[in-house]
Amino acid sequence: MSRFRHLISIDDLDKEDILFILKKAKGFENIAKGEMNSKVLEGKILANLFFEPSTRTRMSFEVAMKRLGGDVINMTAQEASSVAKGETLADTIKVVSKYADVIVLRHPLEGAARFAAENSEVPIINGGDGAGQHPTQTLLDLYTIMKESSLDGIKIALMGDLKYSRTVHSLIKALTLFNTEIYLISPETLRLPEEFLEGLRNVEIAGLDDVIDDINVLYVTRIQKERFPDEEEYRKVAGSYKIDAELLKRAREDLIIMHPLPRVDEIDVSVDKTSHAKYFEQAFYGVPVRMAILSEVLSEVVL
Amino acid sequence: MKQLTISKIKEGTVIDHINAGKALLVLKILGIHPDSTETVSMAMNVPSKKMGKKDIVKVEGKFINEEQLNKIALIAPKATINLIKDYEIQKKFRVVLPEFIEGIIKCPNRNCISNSNEPIIPKFHVWFDGEVIAKCHYCNKKVQEISEYI
Repeated sequence: MSRFRHLISIDDLDKEDILFILKKAKGFENIAKGEMNSKVLEGKILANLFFEPSTRTRMSFEVAMKRLGGDVINMTAQEASSVAKGETLADTIKVVSKYADVIVLRHPLEGAARFAAENSEVPIINGGDGAGQHPTQTLLDLYTIMKESSLDGIKIALMGDLKYSRTVHSLIKALTLFNTEIYLISPETLRLPEEFLEGLRNVEIAGLDDVIDDINVLYVTRIQKERFPDEEEYRKVAGSYKIDAELLKRAREDLIIMHPLPRVDEIDVSVDKTSHAKYFEQAFYGVPVRMAILSEVLSEVVL
Repeated sequence: MKQLTISKIKEGTVIDHINAGKALLVLKILGIHPDSTETVSMAMNVPSKKMGKKDIVKVEGKFINEEQLNKIALIAPKATINLIKDYEIQKKFRVVLPEFIEGIIKCPNRNCISNSNEPIIPKFHVWFDGEVIAKCHYCNKKVQEISEYI
């Protein structure tokens, strides 16, 4: 039996479930790198239903499935807008859940994944719904923190667009399960919405300069141009949320820098060469973590 | 001596201690509208010792079931129900806030799947914390001024 049928929100998992997946992911790393072959999901088909473009999430799910011997069918955002014209999500899910053994859904509306789960005969994995949840990103973020730093007793700063970033929203919920101190660094207009602060302890609004010499993890997100009324305002704000090698001279030696990618210019390339940069590892960890999730939701059938 | 301006009913459901001004919403929650067949009388802004002012709704000839009535607690947590037969109170109870509500509240989040053209019934998790709070089952949006979204 799998520990969960669908993966819709990180809230659906308790700490034990999360640690279970992270441990499972660790066991898949060799396979994810292609150093070992696996056929545990042979004969299984994953359907990627992307109603919104996303290269990274889609590709890493595809790689994860294929590395485990499974197969993948894709519906891209472009196809979604033309082929499925007028069709409800409920119908699309009912049809595709007859084709595939598991569905990864990305959709522009919040709550779409939970609704999809109600209409699906097969497990639904939420690949991001509107400004809502993105639990697989959260799990790979936690995995990165666990592997490259520690999940217990660390100080982590979340920086950038904390208002609209679903990555941040999901991560912050999960971090509260662990003994972490959280600093929130963002422009006034892009602060974390109240509803995500609820029930959180050890959370503080801070400036990067104040905490850079003390934190263990710096999680950077992109500040999007379209969130600002004009170009100049954007440049002014975005400019003050940039990380470069110079700034990192004041950082702890073991500080790790994470970013969900793609980055624009919030992390200078000069940072890439430093031992702090972990965002490319983080991107890779998406593969073993998604392998763990896929094999878990399909485990009833597989075992 | 104060006297109610609406008369007793022979048989049916009386909903008392409704927060003043919410009587019409109570009817809406119970699905009673101009096309319905029930005879309904309503009193608004009735002086009340406990509540200052209150509304009362009487639905004649119909025993509304408890599950349906409990939904009233969303907007009138102190409402009391009297089931009447032959002018006598047969059963009296206070509404109990349900933990889960389907199809009464509309999600305020315009980007929520429950506001799309999908075949979907809005669902909310509900609890009391000084006031009634509802959270969208789909997008997690919290609603505090529930009356505005019914």
